[in-house]
Amino acid sequence: MPKADLEALRREVSRLERGSSPIVSGRFSTGSAELDKALQGGLNHGALHEIFAAATADEPSASGFAVALVVRASEERPVVWVRQDFAGVEAGEVYAPGLAELGLSPDRLILVRARDGPAVLRAGEEASRCPPLGAVLIEPWGAPKALDLVASRRLALAAARSNVPLFMVRAGAQPASSAALTRWRVRSALSVALDAEAPGRPAFEVELLRDRAGAAGRKWTLEWDRDQRTFRHLGDRGVPALSGGMVSLPPGGSPDEVGERRAV
Amino acid sequence: MRSASGELSDLPLVVTEKVKGAQRLMAISPDAKRAGLAVGMTLADSRARIPDLWVEEMDARADAELLDRIAEDCDRFSPVVVIDAPDGLLLDITGCDHIFGGEAELRSIFSRRMRRAGFHVHSVIASAPDAARALARYGRVAIVSPGEDAVAVRSLPIAALCLEEGDRLAISRAGLKTIGALADRPSLPFAARFGEQMTLRLRRIQGFADPPLTPRRSIPMLCVERRFPEPIGRIEDAEAVLAQLGEEAGARLGERREGGRAFEASFFRSDGVVRRVIVETGRPLRDAATVLRLFREKLDVLADPLDPGFGFDVIRLSVPHAEPLDALQPGLDGHAVEADEIADLADRLSTRFGADRVIRFLPENTHDPDRAARTVPAGFNPMTSCIWPATETEQPPLRPIQIFDPPQPIHITMAEVPDGPPRKFSWRKREHHVARAEGPERIAPEWWRKPGAPTRDYYRIEDTEGRRFWLFRAGPYTKEKTQPDWFMHGVFA
Repeated sequence: MPKADLEALRREVSRLERGSSPIVSGRFSTGSAELDKALQGGLNHGALHEIFAAATADEPSASGFAVALVVRASEERPVVWVRQDFAGVEAGEVYAPGLAELGLSPDRLILVRARDGPAVLRAGEEASRCPPLGAVLIEPWGAPKALDLVASRRLALAAARSNVPLFMVRAGAQPASSAALTRWRVRSALSVALDAEAPGRPAFEVELLRDRAGAAGRKWTLEWDRDQRTFRHLGDRGVPALSGGMVSLPPGGSPDEVGERRAV
Repeated sequence: MRSASGELSDLPLVVTEKVKGAQRLMAISPDAKRAGLAVGMTLADSRARIPDLWVEEMDARADAELLDRIAEDCDRFSPVVVIDAPDGLLLDITGCDHIFGGEAELRSIFSRRMRRAGFHVHSVIASAPDAARALARYGRVAIVSPGEDAVAVRSLPIAALCLEEGDRLAISRAGLKTIGALADRPSLPFAARFGEQMTLRLRRIQGFADPPLTPRRSIPMLCVERRFPEPIGRIEDAEAVLAQLGEEAGARLGERREGGRAFEASFFRSDGVVRRVIVETGRPLRDAATVLRLFREKLDVLADPLDPGFGFDVIRLSVPHAEPLDALQPGLDGHAVEADEIADLADRLSTRFGADRVIRFLPENTHDPDRAARTVPAGFNPMTSCIWPATETEQPPLRPIQIFDPPQPIHITMAEVPDGPPRKFSWRKREHHVARAEGPERIAPEWWRKPGAPTRDYYRIEDTEGRRFWLFRAGPYTKEKTQPDWFMHGVFA
């Protein structure tokens, strides 16, 4: 049986059994072999993961990275995104067609617009307690006072109980002690250009600042492939490490060729 | 109905309004009436008779507000309260009187309550609404036995019909002083002389025709309540009662194979203040625990918390809106249960944060990027799938993850060719050097919506730091306009 199927089956069983055992472990793969190896198989489902934007202007990259992780983790289940109003003012309102372009069908999304930090935490916790959800994404802006160690513990506990992965996007904030299982710093990265120097797929420079389960402090440049729903590791100079499919396709190259190269 | 508000005084009270240049009495207190004053006299005349008067200006709006507050309190007697402006209330007590131990008992409880609050009221119980309101104003009866309306109103003056002053005079001059005298005559000549309206009024006051009544509040589909001989003062107790009522309402909804889409809890305070709390649900619901959880959410975030004051003496739970809901049968696969759990979550979030803050996206069939997605309350259409335009494979995202509404103006500091993408631009006080660009994607405005809006040329731009933007130029370069406006519409991941 393929590994993905087995994993889905495990989740199904754990879902049916929920209530009997409060904490269910389980990981989802990021799709990038390098990243998964460092994470010892992937990210945990029932846990809090923090994703910091390196600078305020990197917020779209941080939320894009988070959405991509949600796509990986949620397995076509409904998703709740709780966003503080100020994030919309500062970094733009969530745009449904753009989510579809990243592989997250807007059908599956419930968006909660929270007035302030405490409201974000409250809604996030409420949503994390709902086991049928595929993932919860919360985005407080800056460093609200309410978001202390206790608050993050509550969130982590709620996620652990329901086994729903909880991603917290932070912009305009510095990492502080929290109950998060992993902590990431995301910076936008130059994409692999398409024909005629057109901007390519979303690319991120991600740094694993902390991983309770393993080593931290490593950096990767990743590209999100929406068609395959997977991350791909790019080399240091923005060249795909494995396939090399995307670089400067000669003008007039047919789509078939692209597909073939990518499949390598 | 007169309010005894303001500083207390023993003087006869009169309320005046300026009518045609003269201050006239619009309402008077019983002792003023005993002293020989009457509504309609000028204030000068009244002062001539009784020098010491307590005079208040008429305030129609305050009167209407007071009447509304009284009506709110009367909701405890019957869910059907009709405001009979400017000074009356009609209560449909059909099926309500037994709760109070009969009509006479209900009337005396009502009168006592009003008197305690400081109102002089005339109340009459009759079968026909118009008979009751006429008798309350002109009659001396308290309770009219069923079917006796036509007899009871016979002795009332013609004025009780509320006709135009001219018509009333004409009928009086014809020697007809009472409703009874009018009713004994054939109605046809009167209809010919005074119009259908008059005969209709006559039939209504006799109880032969029903007037249209508009209750203040819509009548709920279901309503359960608890009355307490001693008011309860603790919120916890009130919540416990609400839980019991939830069970009761759930059972009744179950019998009807329905579920509520909205629930309203009304807390009647013994001093007449009524607090109402409404929760709405995204799917028909009758599970008491779920309903109570929604109420807890709502009570938690009330800007003006529930204050028992001297205690609640009636708590009512009503279901204003219900829909069919078959017996619950959790599916073996658990999928139906999961969908319900998510709908409940959406309800709880909407109750706490407001329905406009918990939303879903629906696709719109348009090429206008501003309107490509419509937001609806999450409870509105729980988790149905819709057709979102398929993304093109082998393409990077062509639409940004977040957009600015409205688009933000940017300043182009350097462009290679006038018609192409910028080389450098500044946005939010920062300069961005363009590394990669693709475009234009020309999007014409929907001229039938925004006449005169310029065509937009969109560019996907990546700067040297790897940040990706969605810019557009409003309108083309022309001889007249060599510096078209540029805008930042969105950001890519």
